[in-house]
This record gives sequence, C-alpha cells and structure tokens, in this order.
Amino acid sequence: MSSPKDIRYLNPPTAEIKKKKYCRFQKSGIKYIDYKDPDFLLKFVNEQGKLLPRRLTGTSLKFQRKVAQAVKRARHLSLMPYVADLMK
Amino acid sequence: MEKRYETVFILTPVLSDDQTKETAKKFKKTIIDLGGKIVNEENWGLKKLAYPIQKKTTGFYYLIEFSGEGQEIVNNLEITYKRDERILRFLTVALDKHASAYADKRKGLVAEAKTKKKETASS
Repeated sequence: MSSPKDIRYLNPPTAEIKKKKYCRFQKSGIKYIDYKDPDFLLKFVNEQGKLLPRRLTGTSLKFQRKVAQAVKRARHLSLMPYVADLMK
Repeated sequence: MEKRYETVFILTPVLSDDQTKETAKKFKKTIIDLGGKIVNEENWGLKKLAYPIQKKTTGFYYLIEFSGEGQEIVNNLEITYKRDERILRFLTVALDKHASAYADKRKGLVAEAKTKKKETASS
C-alpha cells in the first residue's frame, strides 16, 4: 500500500539528520591536556567560566576528566577565572 | 623511582627585574639542595591575573621542571613557597608519561620560538 517513500510533503521536512558528535582528543590523538594553555581550555567553558557538559562538547569521559583537571589547575594559577561574566 | 615534576609560581609585581631573577635563583637552588635535578625552566614574564590575588592584578610567572625522588622534595619545596611572602601562588604537579612527552615537545617549541624571535629582531 503506502510505503514511507510514497508519502509526499508539501514542505520539505525540517528535521535534519543529527551530526554525530565525536571526542576531539581521541580523533586528533591528543594525550595530555595542558593547564598552561588557557586559550585552548576556553573551548570547554561557557561565558561564565563554567565547565561545559560532555553532552555539548562530545568529549569522551576519559578526556572530560582530564579537561576538568586542567581547567581547575588553570583557575588556581589565575590563568582562568573562577567566576566571570562575558568571558568570550 | 625518579619522577618528573613541574612547578609554576607567581611572584608579586612589586619586585624589580633583579629581584625576580634572584627569587627564581633561590628556588632553583632549593630544588637542587633537596636533591632534585632541574630539567627545564621558563620565564613567562609579567602577566595579567584572571582575578586579583592579595589585591594584585598582575604577577611574574615562572615555571621550573625538575626530576627527583620521593615525596619529601615536593613537600619541602612547598613549605619554602609558603614561607616566602613574595610568592602569590604556586602549583606543583607530577608529570606522567604523556605529560613528560608533552613537556619535551613544548621545550622544543619554546626554544624554536625564541630563536625565531631573535632572527626577526636581528634581521
């Protein structure tokens, strides 16, 4: 009878195919996350300087722990703020 | 077993150039006296702090990488840090194998950047 192929839409369906997230560290082979590089760590915090969750960045659990450790070390050395507004 | 460590400290901005050099020398001497070997050192110069520490908004950053045996060396080094009022902040971390590899790479990069800077300055 009517298979999914036969269904025609007046407007093309808006739901897009989700892009698969990946862990940037595993993909590019980074093994150590440096706390001395605050510009790089900026990618993993929001405007308030809070750590972004894994579900947004796609980082694997193993590296999320290392990112968290690095950010905390950077904060201790005053390379990154503990609290901020409009960091970026 | 011998371990590699990396220590970063922030000095107060009120010091003169000679005084910062002298303080850095003092801590290098402390490490050597405690039985450590200095692998690398970096002077990051005067940097702006992300938040004020002891009402100061800038500080001299200094990094020393060293190798040594046992926990005692780090304990004693941190005690000397605490006793010195010129130190605003310090952090000592042990380097695992990935971190050591990164530190070696970084050393090369820093040296390269320095020579490049010199070249551009001379030309």
